[in-house]
Amino acid sequence: MTITESTQSEYYTLGAPIADEKAPAGPINERWDTRRFEAKLVNPANRRKMSIIMVGTGLAGASAAATLGEAGYHVKTFCYQDSPRRAHSIAAQGGINAAKNYRNDGDSIERLFFDTVKGGDYRARESNVYRLSQVSVEIIDQCVAQGVPFAREYGGLLDNRSFGGVQVSRTFYARGQTGQQLLLGAYQAMERQIDAGTVEMFSRHEMLDLIVIDGRARGIVARDLVTGEIQTHMADAVVLASGGYGNVFFLSTNAMGSNVTATWKAHRKGAYFGNPCYTQIHPTCIPVSGANQSKLTLMSESLRNDGRIWVPKKAGDERRPQDIPEDERDYYLERRYPAFGNLVPRDVASRAAKAVCDEGRGVGPKVDGVARGVYLDFADAIARLGRDAVEAKYGNLFDMYEQITGENPYEMPMRIYPAVHYTMGGLWVDYDLQSTIPGLFVTGEANFSDHGANRLGASALMQGLADGYFVLPPTLAHYLADNSLDPVDENHPEARATKDAVVEQIDTLLSIDGERTVDSFHRELGEIMWEYCGMERTAEGLTKAIGQIRALREEFWRNVKVPGTNNEFNQSLERAGRVADFLELGELMCIDALHREESCGGHFRAEYQTEDGEALRDDENFAYVAAWEYTGAGAKPVLHKEDLEYEYVEMKQRSYK
Amino acid sequence: MNITLRVWRQRDAADKGRMVTYHVEGISPDMSFLEVLDMLNERLTMEGEDPIAFDSDCREGICGACGLVINGLAHGPKQMVTTCQLHMRSFNDGDVIDVEPFRAEPFTVIRDLVVDRSSFDRIIQAGGYISVNTGAAPDAHAIPVPREDAQDAFDAAACISCGACVAACPNGSASLFLGAKIAHLGKLPQGQPERHSRALRMTAQHDHEGFGGCTQIGECEAVCPKGIPLSVISQTNADVLGALAHGGK
Repeated sequence: MTITESTQSEYYTLGAPIADEKAPAGPINERWDTRRFEAKLVNPANRRKMSIIMVGTGLAGASAAATLGEAGYHVKTFCYQDSPRRAHSIAAQGGINAAKNYRNDGDSIERLFFDTVKGGDYRARESNVYRLSQVSVEIIDQCVAQGVPFAREYGGLLDNRSFGGVQVSRTFYARGQTGQQLLLGAYQAMERQIDAGTVEMFSRHEMLDLIVIDGRARGIVARDLVTGEIQTHMADAVVLASGGYGNVFFLSTNAMGSNVTATWKAHRKGAYFGNPCYTQIHPTCIPVSGANQSKLTLMSESLRNDGRIWVPKKAGDERRPQDIPEDERDYYLERRYPAFGNLVPRDVASRAAKAVCDEGRGVGPKVDGVARGVYLDFADAIARLGRDAVEAKYGNLFDMYEQITGENPYEMPMRIYPAVHYTMGGLWVDYDLQSTIPGLFVTGEANFSDHGANRLGASALMQGLADGYFVLPPTLAHYLADNSLDPVDENHPEARATKDAVVEQIDTLLSIDGERTVDSFHRELGEIMWEYCGMERTAEGLTKAIGQIRALREEFWRNVKVPGTNNEFNQSLERAGRVADFLELGELMCIDALHREESCGGHFRAEYQTEDGEALRDDENFAYVAAWEYTGAGAKPVLHKEDLEYEYVEMKQRSYK
Repeated sequence: MNITLRVWRQRDAADKGRMVTYHVEGISPDMSFLEVLDMLNERLTMEGEDPIAFDSDCREGICGACGLVINGLAHGPKQMVTTCQLHMRSFNDGDVIDVEPFRAEPFTVIRDLVVDRSSFDRIIQAGGYISVNTGAAPDAHAIPVPREDAQDAFDAAACISCGACVAACPNGSASLFLGAKIAHLGKLPQGQPERHSRALRMTAQHDHEGFGGCTQIGECEAVCPKGIPLSVISQTNADVLGALAHGGK
């Protein structure tokens, strides 16, 4: 029996293949036009009678809510934050890609398409990525018209910069706060619809389950986080734009409240989960400083253009960096990758940092007995370019670093370490962004669709807005026009049963009254995930992790302590529900990582690497999307494979030599 | 470090509220202020007390969710940072630190340090946008915007809607928040057609929510973590006057 077969029998079963049936045939550049033309329309008078639930108000959610409201639908929008404008899209720094070719540097829709498929390590669906590239152009127009203050040149036209190693300048930006400005554009468009009466906003509300009636998504159960009231909301369709699940690692660059509950509950109700193990780990974040750390902060990757990365040659060397002579330093990226040096791709840089810290050569404060940090040193750049030039380029980042660490990077090398940043996996959707539950659509980071096994910089904002402004509205309209839905209300037996189950789970959480806080479980889960399902994965480690997660989950339901009651503002209770779902997701991520016996993009299995330590894909056996079906608590999930075919881009080994 | 915190505890809007003293030991200067509250909450939970409720989300100074009055100052003693970016090295061992919510009449206390800022969303609903439907936009390069105008617009648009300006203002005015949006959109050519109606409607909503008027004291600018300048309020006044001169249109 091969490893695959034994894994299969122990951890999952193989189901029927799955395929996207919505992308039209024909030349790839005509498919989106064809789909839009073939999509049915809804008469404006009928739209007013149709209701849509939108969960999440980041780029993907707010843009869609605004657009659907403008079209005249009745949209009910939900977010757990106190205002929709606080969704974590707001923290995106760098920029948004678009194939405008304003620079006349050879960019085109084809080139953005090609870069994105290649960047995703040939694990994304060609039709979707092509459409994303096409739509990118319209996004910039829309945002400018809304008043998004993009950076401009002296002539008044939009400025661009290059990003993430591509050879063209196609990234539009608003200082280091592009996500904030794009989100405010979408938020304001949505607030305009609230004023117009088409969109109804439920802030401080959290979706706790999906209501499925006759096989279709027809509503949600939500908790009013202020009063604790458990509410039932019905609709003709439900959209999840609830973001990614990086917080399964506890420490990540995500917001404190970012969670998987909306998508996980939908998964439990029948929506397949696509490629859960594809996680992006960003190499340049500020390291963990102590055992009480609550989150991690990203430092722009652009710093690697001028900073040199090193650690002491000797393990346990605790001298100050300036006291370590040149010949006792190991510039390990320059040594191991002479061609690219400090500019190797994100995944390679991240793994190399972990390796030197595992050897005891990390720098900075020790957390749990190990120093996890490497130096990013600007001394040479300052000597070469002068302090002023370095300040002009990176001043704001240096200030931010000093604020957090209390160290001045002009005098002391920065300390950096990789951190979880983005999740490429998410609910499986077809070309229409519809999940395997009819009437349930999934947009933005919450779906799995466009980034394959690795996302390129400045592409997350592009995808969120492409889905929300331009892709979802026509495909959702087609669903509404094509199906005659019976009216349902909150007294439908299925709606009642769903609500009862939510209440029961809350009662259980509150009644355990054990010996450990919610956060202590979350931290421990994060440590397991980071150790075994993080930057480098092995069959042995993943198997161990699955055992540990199961034991931890069992303990959680026996020993968690959640103070307070349901009928009040209770942040511990909110977190408890989220951690309960992370404890299930974590296991599926490990199973997915275990079954994928290859390395690709952000998924690196130590057993499958080239001689240079690069990800070694196995296109013959693994060029597919893993779509997982939930079969019950603790039961083996079923794997459905969607084969990926590349008609337009030739599959190659990614190379940076 | 060992610190004494005196924290505002209030069960809900109807509760009167009080300061409660907690001693917290074993604090590292590298911890953020909110991580000290996290640590204290872990302890309170195990001791069977209700943890302290407070808002925070991104914890990198951009979402605007967090906001505490620390020793009488909105977002604490350091300028140009939000509460989540404040670290314990800004304090001394043995300090006694008062922690209160952002107070203002329209900011009802929900629990402890959590207040209701939904009035800010309603002010934006009253015209804090440019009316352009999806798909109706011309090419992004159709209207050049002078670089300086784009930068000024950005400076105003950097507002994170945290509410520190209101908490600091002796009048409880949200004029800095209001002016930031009016100045952002009013600086851009795309924002001109609705400039007058926007200023009138948003200002009326601001007053309707119960925020006070501006008397140019400048506390708001001093505490603003994003450095929104007081001049945005002059912009509001100019736009409102301009609108009135046009017969309120």
